[in-house]
Amino acid sequence: MNKGKFLARHAMGRIVRGTALVARDGFSARYDLDRIAGVFSRPTHKLAGQSYVDKILVLDTAKGGVASAWMLHEMRSRGAVPLALVFNSVNPILAQGAALADVPMLAGFDDDITTAVPNGAEVEVNPETGILEVID
Amino acid sequence: MNLTEEEHDICAGKFGSVPQRALKHQIAVGTFFGARDFVPVTQAHIMADTESLGEAGVQWLEELAATTEGQRRVRIPTITDPRGTDFAKAKFLGQTSKMLSLEQRAIDAFVKLGVVMTNTCINYQTIQAPTRNEHVAYGDTGVVIYSNSVCGARSNFEGGPSALAAGLTGRTPRYGFHLSEQRRATLYVRVEFTPESLNEWGALGGTVGRIAGNYWQVPVIEGIEGTPGSDQLKHFGAAMASFGSVALFHLVGLTPEASRLTDVAGPGLPTFRVTSADVQALQDSYRTDDRVDVVVFSAPQLSLYELRSLAELCKGRQFSVPLLAVTSPQVKSDADRLGYTKDIEDAGGTVLSGMCFYQSYAREIAEANGWTRLATNSAKMVNILGGYGYRPLLASMEACVHAAESGRLA
Repeated sequence: MNKGKFLARHAMGRIVRGTALVARDGFSARYDLDRIAGVFSRPTHKLAGQSYVDKILVLDTAKGGVASAWMLHEMRSRGAVPLALVFNSVNPILAQGAALADVPMLAGFDDDITTAVPNGAEVEVNPETGILEVID
Repeated sequence: MNLTEEEHDICAGKFGSVPQRALKHQIAVGTFFGARDFVPVTQAHIMADTESLGEAGVQWLEELAATTEGQRRVRIPTITDPRGTDFAKAKFLGQTSKMLSLEQRAIDAFVKLGVVMTNTCINYQTIQAPTRNEHVAYGDTGVVIYSNSVCGARSNFEGGPSALAAGLTGRTPRYGFHLSEQRRATLYVRVEFTPESLNEWGALGGTVGRIAGNYWQVPVIEGIEGTPGSDQLKHFGAAMASFGSVALFHLVGLTPEASRLTDVAGPGLPTFRVTSADVQALQDSYRTDDRVDVVVFSAPQLSLYELRSLAELCKGRQFSVPLLAVTSPQVKSDADRLGYTKDIEDAGGTVLSGMCFYQSYAREIAEANGWTRLATNSAKMVNILGGYGYRPLLASMEACVHAAESGRLA
């Protein structure tokens, strides 16, 4: 495997390609997002003010309570949802939410995925092989 | 995943589309986490406040509920977490008719699915506590951590869709805290401070939660003196889950799986020390003002004993700012009968039932009522409400009641 490919231990969903939005920070749909505007809203979040819509989010871990299980589905219904989720680690809630909302997800890498993938890179998420590939 | 014959039949739609969709959702989650099969569960508990569901989530429930009768009902006792309102007090809270309409539609759909509307996050104190090794599918972080840790039951955090799926299929994927090996400690915490008040228990839980840091960590804790009761461990666990996403802890000599440290811990665990100064520091970080706009007791809902204590403190007082005490429908009827509600409301407080403050459009009711500085004895709630635009203040129940009278935290 070359340095542009990263194998995840956990994978779910469809193959997608898009722009990576990367930060070493957590993710909670209830506490970190303005879900109407489609941006990170918690002032202390490293992606505060940035749009997550149609981006491949590359973050450290899932945070917060159980609400995210519903909220990704609600975000999907308005077309304001990330294209895919890529995390160093996730909890069951985010996996359950991604399954309901049909959001592809990879998690669990040997490398810290938030430092391995450059912010703004074009990447492919392939849940069938479990591979995240940096295209450009 | 390895499926039984019955599970293959469910997947093939022999029991209808509702259990079929539920099982397929569970297979997606189970496969993601490497579950080898399903485990039967005896109870499910659904978190589904309408602020989280939104219109899309309610429509999704209504679609399930519109399925032919006989093909849509849950197979096991399936109960609900708090709703997003207390209909009797919605006007006082400043909630809109749109919020209430969405709430009623969700309730109607759940009833058609056979869900029992208990509306409580303290079902282990009010409905039926699970037993040791009982596999359940619970959907509130405070309920899960208490049931896993204090009762020795086995549950993952099951978000609303997955908890409902477990109710509809009577099983859940066998991963995470259903597995014995996942329940062993991953870090050791030596506590040099035994809390007295509930806010201190919550602050200690929050401190341990911050150290643990994620769902897969299991702290084993030594150093607690005496035997904490249910309300103490309720606040301790709820805060640990909120601050750290933790779903299981062990207290050596106190919780059922850790009679001795070696029952749950091998050698060489990462070791941490928590002092009274650490707990005080967490509390002090939520004492940023002494003026108070509203006092709220909630998260988790109050037990009968907590309401009794509150009622005693309220006697003979007259509040200058609103005081809200939130409990379950089961406790509320007892509190009415025993006079606790009257004592609290005679002082100017309000007892709410079947909701939880932060799941009830907290941002909107803050704007409707001009509430910013909120005093509470719940460490879980101060952690959450910062994200809703409040300035949350953590203090003892006694100090909060004084603040309701004077408008200031002493």
